[in-house]
Amino acid sequence: MPINYYIFLSIALFCIGIAGVLTRRNAIIIFMCIELMLNAVNLLLVAFSKMHSAAAAALPDAATVGTDGQLFVFFIMVVAAAEVSVGLAIIVMMYRNIHSVDVNFLNRLKH
Amino acid sequence: MNITQILFWLLSVTALFGAMMVVTSRNPVYSVLWLILTFFSISGHYILLNAQFLAIVNIIVYAGAIMVLFLFVIMLMNLNKNAEPTRGRWIKFAGAISGGCLLLVLVAALRSTEVSSKSVQVGVGEIGLIKNLGRELFTNYVVPFEISSILFLSAMIGAVVIGKKD
Repeated sequence: MPINYYIFLSIALFCIGIAGVLTRRNAIIIFMCIELMLNAVNLLLVAFSKMHSAAAAALPDAATVGTDGQLFVFFIMVVAAAEVSVGLAIIVMMYRNIHSVDVNFLNRLKH
Repeated sequence: MNITQILFWLLSVTALFGAMMVVTSRNPVYSVLWLILTFFSISGHYILLNAQFLAIVNIIVYAGAIMVLFLFVIMLMNLNKNAEPTRGRWIKFAGAISGGCLLLVLVAALRSTEVSSKSVQVGVGEIGLIKNLGRELFTNYVVPFEISSILFLSAMIGAVVIGKKD
């Protein structure tokens, strides 16, 4: 499978996420679009890791070439889980204070 | 066209369609469900690339834990009705145009690079198995692994402190 296909699929997913962040007003959906962008990058990292392991099949340490990319994906998932817990706590607090999750109500930084 | 390519195109179409529906759904609960579909198809891509550990972790952590947390918050706020005020039509149009422009620029820039002639191992290779990843994680990457546990602890404390009613 050419690496081109994975690159274009990841770019498409990432751009859909960007368009969602720009067009929606619900803070939770904006947050979900950020998760979508993180997953697009994860998919690209795994594809590149498999590409490097395919290119290094003849080297003596071929068993571990490309493992780094998959471990980066693992750490991205760890950070994303921590980010979601804190971010959703912030959204809940925002909802408790202004009774809405509309990001347009937050553009004045006072309330 | 063999079975791997058919699966690749099927999973890609599913992922892209799910992502589009996440952005365009009016109801946040439907958005969460479409996002779960997208995550499952991305996990299918991981299985296709023989990254079995990441496929399982993606399903457990993303589709299992994070999306349940999203659903829980949406239910808690009683947002499962179509009450979201919409942006103006021009703002939506401008957002879609900006995303499309970024797509165009990235595709045009990466279409004919040197890397684009290489190919990906599909269905074979052992680096995605849990044996290899575990050995690497507990030898070369043991310090970031332990630091991530501290990150989790601080995130948990932070979420409790922020969410506490004072």
